[in-house]
Amino acid sequence: MAEITIVQAVNDALMEEMGRDEDVVVLGEDVGVNGGVFRCTADLFDTYGEDRVIDTPLSESGIIGAAIGMALYGLRPVPEIQFSDFIWPAFDQITSELAKMRYRSGGQFTCPMVIRTPYGGGIRGGHYHSQSPEVYFTHTSGLVVVVPSDAYDAKGLLKAAIRSPDPVLFLEPKRIYRAPKTEVPEDDDYIVPLGKAAVRREGTDFTITCYGAMVPVAVEACDKAADQHGWNGEVLDLRTLVPLDEDALLASVTKTGRLVTLQEAPKFTGYSSELSAIVAEKAIDVMEAPIRRVAGFDVPFPFTLEHVYMPHADRVLRAIEDVMTYE
Amino acid sequence: MTSTDMLQIIGESGQTVSEDETGLPPEKLVEMYECMLRTRAMDERMINLQRQGRIGFYVPSTGEEAAQVGSGMVFGADDWIFPSYRMPGTLLMRGASPRAMIANCYGNSEDLCLGRQMPVHYSFAEQNVVSISSPIGTHIIHAVGTAYAMRLRKTDAVAGVFFGDGGTSSNDFHSGMNFAGVWKSPCVFVCSNNQWAISVPFEKQTASESVAVKAKAYGMPGVRVDGNDVLAVYQAVSAAVARARAGVGPTLLELMTYRRGPHSSSDDPTRYRGDQADEWLSRDPILRFRKFLERQDLWSEDREQESSTRVKDELNAAIKEVEKLPPPPLDTMFTDVYAKVPKFLREQYEHLIETEGTGHEADPDAAFPL
Ligand SMILES: Cc1ncc(C[n+]2csc(CCOP(=O)(O)OP(=O)(O)O)c2C)c(N)n1
Ligand SMILES: [Mg+2]
Repeated sequence: MAEITIVQAVNDALMEEMGRDEDVVVLGEDVGVNGGVFRCTADLFDTYGEDRVIDTPLSESGIIGAAIGMALYGLRPVPEIQFSDFIWPAFDQITSELAKMRYRSGGQFTCPMVIRTPYGGGIRGGHYHSQSPEVYFTHTSGLVVVVPSDAYDAKGLLKAAIRSPDPVLFLEPKRIYRAPKTEVPEDDDYIVPLGKAAVRREGTDFTITCYGAMVPVAVEACDKAADQHGWNGEVLDLRTLVPLDEDALLASVTKTGRLVTLQEAPKFTGYSSELSAIVAEKAIDVMEAPIRRVAGFDVPFPFTLEHVYMPHADRVLRAIEDVMTYE
Repeated sequence: MTSTDMLQIIGESGQTVSEDETGLPPEKLVEMYECMLRTRAMDERMINLQRQGRIGFYVPSTGEEAAQVGSGMVFGADDWIFPSYRMPGTLLMRGASPRAMIANCYGNSEDLCLGRQMPVHYSFAEQNVVSISSPIGTHIIHAVGTAYAMRLRKTDAVAGVFFGDGGTSSNDFHSGMNFAGVWKSPCVFVCSNNQWAISVPFEKQTASESVAVKAKAYGMPGVRVDGNDVLAVYQAVSAAVARARAGVGPTLLELMTYRRGPHSSSDDPTRYRGDQADEWLSRDPILRFRKFLERQDLWSEDREQESSTRVKDELNAAIKEVEKLPPPPLDTMFTDVYAKVPKFLREQYEHLIETEGTGHEADPDAAFPL
């Protein structure tokens, strides 16, 4: 076992998958010689050469559009969008082309690929280096959307995504890119299956759903709830947003009867709204309190006041107190 | 001229190598030079503040002062500027105050953008300098729309838009150039070709022999200029602005320069490039212009000392003042999202104050990694 960062895990997964399958190619801005602005593609250029590790011109629609053409022909591209905030020039390619290719061609053409991109706040990046764009993509049929929360998952999920027959948007939580580290088996070709949530902390009193960089915040809030009130919460790390592990969600709320959802993206029509609707539709009779959503505010991501914007453990704890004291 | 020929007026030793048609009087020449000094001093100071952790991020532009100041001098008060993030000199030349720029970098209560953006993403409505955003290239087409509006309103104003070599690969470079060609827009496209887009060199950005040559396909002239020669920059931009103002149409200018420093305070260029920067040190735009001025007895070592001391003192005084200011108040997170704060946002704000009060400590460890 080795303790590694998410950045290292992503790098290891790419290194191993490129070694396993010569159809895997990496392309994007600064991914080659520079090894990626966050170092996720470090050493790939030296190992696999410039034909498979491609520094592209500065055009996100170009990167994704070209990757679609490669995938149609049988390659397995892993394009990087430097920050998810810069994915929008490629939105048309992703939503109109990539996500619909299989469906619109009656299954004749497919575009398996993994779009990797760092997302989220907490790094003093202002709104163009901090946003959480997941719902624009979870709303698009045909895309798998994955958000790892630690190095073990980042490696296993990325490998699974690269081998998946469907296009995957792989959102990397850059706030926890370099800390904390987690244990990952060395030289082990393990996979973390797509579409499966993980229970990070078992409990019976309430459930918190979360993903990506909010997972450690949820765990901290649960610890505080245990310390301060003796309540025993369950943290459900969704890991894959589409397809959602609905069984895991319903099993947890059936056990606890109380739900707090946590996301850093703005609240209105956020991913947690869908979770709340599912629970309301399918499990309302087991619920003992109204659902509480903890989320970012419905404002553009700020720079100086980012620490006020970002959900933190005390804010989550208040939502826990609300659902636990509801009568 | 072929597309790789380059307009140059001042040679590397300060001698005149082609006819100076700028008609700039001595006091304007000195004003430009002092603005270049101010730009450089500000760069050095802000990078220092960033290293000391007093501001979170900075984008240096050392070595690109002539391109910034030479073009900044040309545009009139009614013209509009759509800047990139690497051109403080243009904004200073247009009269933006260093103190306001420093406040933006601190993102505090005096920042005109209320601390909502990262450092160097300025907005100066008073100087017709339009809000800078991070996404590359998006503003290029905005300038063309504004130029159209200027004609519809029957003004003789022009729009100037600035971007880098990387920006020429963006979708909106194509849209902007194409629309402007079709509309014969009173618009001037200024590309600072500093030869790098973070780690990507010019040859990987485009197979064109130059940026200037791209103009031809859009039906407008393209001119390559020595971007480290402030007079050549001034002259080429003046001609393009005059052409736009007269209603003849747009021009694409390519200012040849070099990004001597890192892309930003988070970048480490030793990972991807050798020491070409040294070669460019000898082509320093400030040194070159100084030699030119000295040959004409417009500048001296004494004036240099006096001027750089004054500029530095001004900056230090502004920093001292700005640093004392508090962060923007909490309600600024909720204002300006819409013209009026809607009910649901008001409720979010009130809930925040009710549950968490107004005291919030920033995380001292959060630092921008790029
Ligand atoms: C659409 C978009 N993609 C990626 C980035 C990340 N990025 C910031 S600056 C930059 C390079 C820009 O190079 P250039 O246009 O030459 O300007 P320079 O930085 O050299 O002044 C990149 C890739 C971005 N800001 N916007
Ligand atoms: Mg450049």
